[in-house]
Amino acid sequence: MGELDFDVIGRSLPYLLKGLQYTVQLTLVAALGGTVFGTLLALARLSSFKPVALVAAGYVNLMRSLPLLLVIFWFYFLVPVLIQQVTGSERPPQIGAERSAYITFIMFEAAYFCEIMRAGIQSISRGQIGAAYAVGLTYWQSMKLIILPQAFRNMLPVLLTQSIILFQDVSLVSLLNVTDFVGAAVKIAQRDSRIVEMYLFVAIVYFVLCYTLSLMVKRLQHRIAIVR
Amino acid sequence: MIEIKNVSKWYGSFQVLNHCSTHVRKGEVVVVCGPSGSGKSTLIKTVNALEPFQKGEITVDGISVGDSKTDLPKLRAKIGMVFQNFELFPHMKITENLTIGQIKVLGRSPDEARERGLKMLDRVGLIDQMDKYPGQLSGGQQQRVAIARALSMDPIAMLFDEPTSALDPEMINEVLDVMVELAQEGMTMMCVTHEMGFARKVAHRVIFMDQGSIVEDATKDDFFGKPRSERAQQFLSKILHH
Ligand SMILES: Nc1ncnc2c1ncn2[C@@H]1O[C@H](COP(=O)(O)OP(=O)(O)O)[C@@H](O)[C@H]1O
Ligand SMILES: [Mg+2]
Repeated sequence: MGELDFDVIGRSLPYLLKGLQYTVQLTLVAALGGTVFGTLLALARLSSFKPVALVAAGYVNLMRSLPLLLVIFWFYFLVPVLIQQVTGSERPPQIGAERSAYITFIMFEAAYFCEIMRAGIQSISRGQIGAAYAVGLTYWQSMKLIILPQAFRNMLPVLLTQSIILFQDVSLVSLLNVTDFVGAAVKIAQRDSRIVEMYLFVAIVYFVLCYTLSLMVKRLQHRIAIVR
Repeated sequence: MIEIKNVSKWYGSFQVLNHCSTHVRKGEVVVVCGPSGSGKSTLIKTVNALEPFQKGEITVDGISVGDSKTDLPKLRAKIGMVFQNFELFPHMKITENLTIGQIKVLGRSPDEARERGLKMLDRVGLIDQMDKYPGQLSGGQQQRVAIARALSMDPIAMLFDEPTSALDPEMINEVLDVMVELAQEGMTMMCVTHEMGFARKVAHRVIFMDQGSIVEDATKDDFFGKPRSERAQQFLSKILHH
């Protein structure tokens, strides 16, 4: 195999950074989208209207019971075929790996963020919703102005921790041949036969980023605990 | 002002309220007392529809509370409510606590709402606390802010659910003083409380509840003179001892 050659990193840095940029972008979009849809799912799960609660619970439990990789493949390979069947068109629609990845991660993360937000909403005392109603706020106003801001603040460290996990999970899209950070590194590693160097580099970058972020989350957690 | 007619409510097979009937006239102060678990909180919360009920009828200012066509947020905005655990919004400053209902429900401008809110805050003696968060105030102060929040909405009646039971003894009076003043100004009030000093001072009528029923509904003098029911007598002798 010969000597290690770390110059390969410098040579391919622009390409790797583009991959990292996609990874970060997908993480942010999925975290934001997941939080929005997850919050709606949480409200649905807590709804006193049973059918809504049941449908939301079914969706969340399904997503949380399937391996992420399977869900990624499902969306990429099978959903287009399903759409073709339903619409009766001649070919399956071309969604494309990148767009498919965005949709998959938003929908998958929504299930996890739902459970976090649900715990957050339930952590707010029932008296708060009573007080919100008592001043005349509607259900949606009470949620938007009183309950969700408190739930979100209480759960912020957990939401961020979940987002760090998401940041790591995003690497699975490289299996769809998407050039995320890992995908870019794999391609360079194979092209230049520099597998050890590239995999080591990717691991170090992931470790430094995730560990730093998790330290920041820990500090945030302390601050929130003091304010409360 | 408040008419409660034959109201019954069940949690599953457990009956919390059993054919409760009473009323609160305009300007009247009615104190509700009774042992823990007798349904006092539940009854007072049915008045502004925080608790639904299955049977009977409640009207507030002529509007039926149980009617599915009633605009509940609008009705609730007319009735002030003060809770045992204050329930200020902890993520908002005192000023925001005072203005949010006025702005979002009554449609007042932020300036107008602030002016009204601060006037009420001044009235409960806490104007210097306006920029703090609820968590920075003592329990007694929080409860006074909660009263100011309710008053900022210009309510036609006020409901109190044990407003002093979560307070340290030395803070009870600062809250009762505000309530006494309100009563003397002619506010319509329905108060769940065991503060019999307060009842003697300002109540017109006293209601005694036991096991979901209104056992006694008498004028203050009749109630303290000699309650007719044995349960009320026992209850009174217990809480008047200390
Ligand atoms: N959500 C609920 N589900 C079932 N039982 C309840 C619920 N809320 C209150 N209860 C019961 O109803 C009874 C009356 O409660 P409450 O009105 O809070 O009494 P009080 O205010 O007089 O102490 C109690 O026995 C209580 O356990
Ligand atoms: Mg109670």
